[in-house]
Amino acid sequence: MSDQNTQAAHAHAADHKEHPTWKQYKWVAFWLTLITAVEVWVYYTPFKDSSLFAPTLLVMSAVKFTIVVAYYMHIKYDHWIFKRLFLIGLTMAGGTLMALLFLFGKLKIGG
Amino acid sequence: MTVATAVATADNAHAGDSHGEHTHYTTTGLEHRKIAIWAFIGSECMLFASLISTYLVYKGRSKIGPMPHEFSCKVSNVVAQTAEGVAALGCAAGDVMKPILDIPVTSQSTFVLLMSSLAMVLALEGVENHGKPGYDRWYKGSKFWLGMTALMGATFLGYQSYEFTSFVHEGLTITTNLFGSSFFTLTGFHGAHVTVGVLWLLTLLAIDMKRGLKGRNDVLVVDICALYWHFVDVVWIAIFTLIYLIQ
Repeated sequence: MSDQNTQAAHAHAADHKEHPTWKQYKWVAFWLTLITAVEVWVYYTPFKDSSLFAPTLLVMSAVKFTIVVAYYMHIKYDHWIFKRLFLIGLTMAGGTLMALLFLFGKLKIGG
Repeated sequence: MTVATAVATADNAHAGDSHGEHTHYTTTGLEHRKIAIWAFIGSECMLFASLISTYLVYKGRSKIGPMPHEFSCKVSNVVAQTAEGVAALGCAAGDVMKPILDIPVTSQSTFVLLMSSLAMVLALEGVENHGKPGYDRWYKGSKFWLGMTALMGATFLGYQSYEFTSFVHEGLTITTNLFGSSFFTLTGFHGAHVTVGVLWLLTLLAIDMKRGLKGRNDVLVVDICALYWHFVDVVWIAIFTLIYLIQ
């Protein structure tokens, strides 16, 4: 039992890289705030009427999403099993969302 | 926590299971509670994807106002991008309903929720480094940051209550139109998750005040709560863009 526990502890520790520092966390917060500020600013500019408005916001949102998951949720530093568990759920969620949008005509192939 | 410290702490924790440290490993060598929270978060992604899909599918299909981004008329139900546009369609000035989403207010609540995620990681860092030099200061301790996270979560809920109340005053309830139904369901579910998170944080804060959060098991408990809290944050990142900003 003791051997199993020790082995588990070593496996556990070996699968962890060093977490970000205080300084890095603050930089992450800075970038998240900056991207949010840009998103809101863009909303009040004439760019809002451009066809690129929605894709631009989606990209910025995806960047924020990735930053939080990678750094604050430590997925970048954690075991691959956690990453897979999350990505399986996320992929199914994204697939369901896209399927429903196509099914109800909100998205169309080639238009 | 360094890898060497983690190994040492883990060994001590296992050796000291009889001292109240309860760590439960699966055959993968990973803590089962952490596997469970990641599986839960994966399933929550699907829940929120279905709610967001519902909102997007129903978007623009409401027959009567108020509308999220457009001006509408109380009497004739005509819709236009501007107040002048609705008036040109024969709507009297007193019957014009403004777009209901309040971007400045929601931007503030979004900022508060993003900052609460920063407070959460600092709380976890405080627990991980409990008792180490430099972490005995109040502004680096877990109590302060857990309290700040809960406070910011409560502030976000205050913003949401204000938003919901103002919507109801402007004539939008969950039964008014498709927009109201899908909007209140989606943001209400998110608000319920934030409420659970705030209660969870307050429970951890109470434990921290009573006996202090320290040791491997407590780090894990706070880590699990942090993962939940950050998930609530990333869901809001998606909601803010898809529901509030994109027309």
